[in-house]
Amino acid sequence: MYTFSNRLKIASFILMAVGLIGIAVGFISAPSTVEEAKAIVASHDAHGDSHATESHGAIDAHNTHEAVNAHDEGHSSSHDEHLLHQLQNKPWAALYVAAFFFMMIALGVLAFYAIQRAAQAGWSPLLFRVMEGITSYLVPGGIIVFVILVLSVMHMNHLFVWMDADVVAHDHLLQGKKGYLNPIFFLIRAAIFLAGWILYREYSRKLSLKQDESNDDSNFKLNFRISAGFLVFYLISESIMSWDWIMSVDPHWFSTLFGWYVFASMFVSGITVIALVTIYLKSKGYLEDVNDSHIHDLAKFMFGISVFWTYLWFSQFMLIWYSDIPEEVTYYVTRIQDFRLPFFGMIVMNFLFPVLLLMNSDYKRVNWFVVMAGVVILAGHYLDIFNMIMPSTVGDQWFIGIPEIGAVLFFAGLFIFWVFRALSNAPLQPKRNPFIEESRHFHY
Amino acid sequence: MASKVIHAYYNDDEVLMHAVKKVKAAKHHIEEVFCPFPVHGLDKAMGLEPTRLAITAFLYGCVGISVATLMMNFIMIEDWPQDIGGKPSFSYIENMPAFVPIMFELTVFFAAHLMVITFYLRSRLWPFKKAENPDVRTTDDLFLMEIEIHENESELRELLAESGAVEINISEKNSH
Repeated sequence: MYTFSNRLKIASFILMAVGLIGIAVGFISAPSTVEEAKAIVASHDAHGDSHATESHGAIDAHNTHEAVNAHDEGHSSSHDEHLLHQLQNKPWAALYVAAFFFMMIALGVLAFYAIQRAAQAGWSPLLFRVMEGITSYLVPGGIIVFVILVLSVMHMNHLFVWMDADVVAHDHLLQGKKGYLNPIFFLIRAAIFLAGWILYREYSRKLSLKQDESNDDSNFKLNFRISAGFLVFYLISESIMSWDWIMSVDPHWFSTLFGWYVFASMFVSGITVIALVTIYLKSKGYLEDVNDSHIHDLAKFMFGISVFWTYLWFSQFMLIWYSDIPEEVTYYVTRIQDFRLPFFGMIVMNFLFPVLLLMNSDYKRVNWFVVMAGVVILAGHYLDIFNMIMPSTVGDQWFIGIPEIGAVLFFAGLFIFWVFRALSNAPLQPKRNPFIEESRHFHY
Repeated sequence: MASKVIHAYYNDDEVLMHAVKKVKAAKHHIEEVFCPFPVHGLDKAMGLEPTRLAITAFLYGCVGISVATLMMNFIMIEDWPQDIGGKPSFSYIENMPAFVPIMFELTVFFAAHLMVITFYLRSRLWPFKKAENPDVRTTDDLFLMEIEIHENESELRELLAESGAVEINISEKNSH
């Protein structure tokens, strides 16, 4: 039985407190009038930051929000208005990216867990309690994301331009999408997806605990069946979720493999967190039966899914780059012009780094190598989500400063607190899983 | 030169693994083990050196990506430049994303094929070659461990019988 050490608990509280301060600073320093917004940008330019002024031309041409407003207002005043919206969006976007990122980790682990269950994998039952601990975060994490979406619908922020009735009234494309992209249907979908994921998570966890005490395998078999069913639901809901919660921040643009792309990101982040939590628990003397071969297998998945992510990233990029259709290619034009460092930095962190570090079979068994690769992969996939949300919500006003780091720290603290609390609720090793012997003797 | 070898037969891979470890612990040199299917971890138990095939695979991959680059550069840039999708191909680096699939495929193609050919050459396998396994039953259901005898026949016989061998033979072997 794992006990949540006080040291870790205090660390998670400190993370949350520091994070909250960061988030609060972000919201307080956001401008409320056009004049304030201009003053903020002017003071940045005075610092010698010529970057912002250089790229305004590109933004004017490519940002949908701008183009919509420019129809009925004078260009200069609409530009200032737009700037104000971008700066007001900044703390919200920072909060949303971090909230989504940590929720996505729990969801990725849930998918991995369901696959292990449905495949009746023999190597992984020793890690089931670790996975169940991580997926417990889906409840608070999912609810927080949902609350942010509700606040968006209530016009507390401008993360989703299509929620603004004025914008839709002047936008022919958005009018055509109204049947799908409307606030009520959007929230209903979000509620169904979250309810489905949380229901499976809680039910599967219950069956997993019941199996420990039972004297036959009926719980195990039922868990197998509901996991297979869940995977069907997950495949559909995850895809639609990625269109709703991420792709629709840029409602004119679309990509048909976007659901897979987001899936690859959440899958590799989830597996990485399983590896990190397992290595942490092992270093504290728990999980005695988990051996190097289990870590090796997780590292193989980290390596493989990183390559899979790159494959999808490149497939999406190459088709859009090659066809060069204006309404599609703007997505990459803004990212390469205004987000050059996070955009290309993310490919180095998510592809080059894990490939070079985890290529060698022996390195996958060296724990600190896996930890190092894991930290870089997680930071890289945070940047991936950052690159998906920021360009259409804050544009060239992006920065990884106090609000962004504060939001990451807050959710990291909440994640650690919730996950390790859940881990301490049940024995770390399932007793009566039929495959537990195979898992204990798992040897590569 | 002919030498005397002892052949020990096993009918289970687990038993074979234990026997191999036992024979190694008694400091005998195992000449060869013949199996009907690959046994996981047998190479480590026998103390074989790690394969260098992976290094050749890397080198062949480098050849593949170079061939792809030179080939696409000649075909698409030098010999017959075209304007595809508003991207005139006058520079390899600017059109590089379009060539990535070809570079990737040829890397895999060269690495895979040349690695298989290298494996055949290194294992001295070629068409119409006569099989080297001493007993056809090793292609069906038996595992065979071959140890050279240096005037220690009875000692070896005892050790192997103890390790769970189902049959033990002595035979002459012509070294190649």
